[in-house]
Amino acid sequence: MSQFVGVSGIYVRDQDEALSFYVDKLGFTVHTDARNGDYRWLTVQCPEQPTFQLGLFKPQPPTVDEATAETLDEVVAKGAMPPLVLLVDDCRAAFEHFRRSGVEFTQEPIERYGSVDASFRDPSGNGWKLIQAR
Amino acid sequence: MAGRPTSQDPKLLRRLLRAKDRMDAASHEEWPVERLATVSGVSEAHFARSFKEAFGVPPHRYLLTRRIERAKALLRDTDQPIIDVAFQTGWNSLGTFGRIFRDITGESPSQLRARERTAHHQLTMVPHCFVSAAHRPNLKMAVSEKRRKDAGDNGSPPDDTEVS
Repeated sequence: MSQFVGVSGIYVRDQDEALSFYVDKLGFTVHTDARNGDYRWLTVQCPEQPTFQLGLFKPQPPTVDEATAETLDEVVAKGAMPPLVLLVDDCRAAFEHFRRSGVEFTQEPIERYGSVDASFRDPSGNGWKLIQAR
Repeated sequence: MAGRPTSQDPKLLRRLLRAKDRMDAASHEEWPVERLATVSGVSEAHFARSFKEAFGVPPHRYLLTRRIERAKALLRDTDQPIIDVAFQTGWNSLGTFGRIFRDITGESPSQLRARERTAHHQLTMVPHCFVSAAHRPNLKMAVSEKRRKDAGDNGSPPDDTEVS
């Protein structure tokens, strides 16, 4: 028996904005973009990692009620969601490339513990570490 | 104070987060309210209140916890003299640094360094920044208030200067 994670999602305040960020700025590709009424199942992936999809989900009814959706939008905007890690083979090169694309970095590349890492946020407030794979 | 706090606009929160991020990235720098308010694009009058509402602590107390966190990391991970650690983390005087450090952590910088050196760490597999966050002091009251409390209200007059 084998098992692996196929989809894991993050909350975003606006799916169009998130799509533009992850695809145009970070170079992800769209895996699924399916609508059903107001609901939109949207997942993206790194081209080199076809077995994993990152869901870009908007907290909204009917998945959650209106008040909960508001709370979730606030929590994300406060940067309180769990950390995300994007692995790259060259952190400094990725940093330069992403920054030129308009990604908001919260920490420039630092060399430490045998690697190099930087930090950025998506428009909603989700925080990413950009780490050079060892 | 029970129940859900008043909701804040996610767009405003996102901009307040930007000020918090900037303090995180350069906690050794001076962060007067004016500078933070500019980062967030809100008025000075609005900023401090909104920040506290969003993150639970006033901006300058938040800055203080970040400085102590960094100082703790430098004491733990480097051999730099304590005075260098103090200046590098944003204090202008060794005395103020030592006093506030002890107020918050309960021990002096040199005591912490000695203790950390002997402790066995198993966090090498965790990305550095998350370890750092786990060691962040959880400062729930003003330093002056903590100092008063520890002194049993008999100590010297409180010094309300939290961040020089």
